[in-house]
Amino acid sequence: MERVYLDYASTTPVDGRVVEAMLPYFTERYGNPTSFYSFGQEAKQAVEEARAKVAELINASPEEIIFTSGGTEACNLAIKGFALKNKKRGKHILVSKIEHFAVLEACRWLAERGFEVSYLDVDEYGFVSPETLEGAIREDTILAIVNHANNEIGTIEPIAELAEVAQDRGVAFFSDACISNGSVEIDVARLGVDLLALSAHKMYGPKGVGALYVAKGTRLEALLHGGGQERKLRSGTENVPGIVGFGRAAEIAKKEMRSEAKRLRKLRDELIREVLRIPRTRLNGHPEKRLPGNANFAFAFIEGEGLILELDFEGISASTGSACSSPTLEPSHVLTAIGLSHAEAHGSLRVTLGRFSTREDVKRLLEVLPRVVKRLRDISPFKESFEDYVEGTEWKGGEHRHV
Amino acid sequence: MYSKILIDHFRNPRNMGRMENPDGVGKVGNPACGDVMYIYIKVGKNDRGEEIIEDIKFETFGCAAAIGTSSMVTELAKGKTLEEAEKISKDDVAEAVGGLPPIKMHCSLLASDGLKAAIADYRKKKAGKGDAAEG
Repeated sequence: MERVYLDYASTTPVDGRVVEAMLPYFTERYGNPTSFYSFGQEAKQAVEEARAKVAELINASPEEIIFTSGGTEACNLAIKGFALKNKKRGKHILVSKIEHFAVLEACRWLAERGFEVSYLDVDEYGFVSPETLEGAIREDTILAIVNHANNEIGTIEPIAELAEVAQDRGVAFFSDACISNGSVEIDVARLGVDLLALSAHKMYGPKGVGALYVAKGTRLEALLHGGGQERKLRSGTENVPGIVGFGRAAEIAKKEMRSEAKRLRKLRDELIREVLRIPRTRLNGHPEKRLPGNANFAFAFIEGEGLILELDFEGISASTGSACSSPTLEPSHVLTAIGLSHAEAHGSLRVTLGRFSTREDVKRLLEVLPRVVKRLRDISPFKESFEDYVEGTEWKGGEHRHV
Repeated sequence: MYSKILIDHFRNPRNMGRMENPDGVGKVGNPACGDVMYIYIKVGKNDRGEEIIEDIKFETFGCAAAIGTSSMVTELAKGKTLEEAEKISKDDVAEAVGGLPPIKMHCSLLASDGLKAAIADYRKKKAGKGDAAEG
């Protein structure tokens, strides 16, 4: 059976051109960039070339790019590194409710160590409004955090406006752009952010490499200590093949982004239009201000884990915000933040398209999905509303716990 | 992560659907938690005059484990006396589906609870009717 991958927001295949660029750095140019002899210097040069390419993609200066082991480390370095370095100015951090766990957990870590974290509400589409941010800033606020785009529902945030509000109040601004980088244009000069997290494996580069943009003048405490690589902000021998791959991926994205985004938007809009023909289905996120390849739906009265399994039996890979498929058995915090009830959030499906997605892939999903939704709804006791049977029902198992 | 037996019951659920005029209904779970199970039973008598589960059906909102264990519990209970059926435990259900990932064990609890709730509902209705007849 031909497999159809529709989970590009989870990770992407590495582009063949990227693999090609990386290969020599495993077996031939394997030097340590710190070494002074030629093996080291050619590796160092490769790292610096990659840095320039990543910087160019987001309109930064090369010296503002710190390579990390991935998006999670970039987020941790941004948040903990900034908070620890700047705690004398204040200990209050603002963060949106719909961040990736790499951001939320780093904030929680700080909250357990004397920092105070406040959570910014989002509207029904997932937007953080400048007014919400403005109203939440206090005298002791040092950092505000809002993702550039949301990885589940694809909503692209008004980062330039939000960062301006923060800047006016002397608050630094960090945005996690792991999911959007390479797929929509990001210009740090125009956005006015102080810190921006990037990841290679969401943009056809390898796993295990990411970067943090650190605007000139923004001071961070290092989290990893050692040989002092990456301007002493990230010690450890550079992942040279990974960084080279990231650079190549950035170069390709810069060149192809515009036409690719146009192609994906068209494909995505066709997909959304067709899927919404299924009764009692809603689109999560904004109809237009969303990532080109992202579609997120909620199907009433069914649960997403079964949906994902059924699709997988048909060779289709996609993801869900259902609690039953998460290790914590909690439904997606993003879907509940935009106002879905827990029951509704269970029936969500995220379909994310990317560089190698074709119209055939979408067609295949559209062939299978209505049938699968119908089958699961046939099994479900809920046909018209979740309240159908609540009335007059003795809800047993109230003590029922997910253990 | 799931056994072949469970996947089979998820993909080809036995005794699935709503029952018209059931003798007892068990409704357990909560939509907010992501699993709700309805178990419907029809009660008859065997050769020895004992009450048995003559027919049983289920409807489930939930994950593959919840659907698969619902299907399994209906198979385990069908034809059993009410006393035997009541004794079906969550471990019996989990074992019958070939084991469950630890995080999904609560699904087998829900299935056995659903069956017990359906039997309890039947007994309650019967007692109610008895009272009415006597009254």
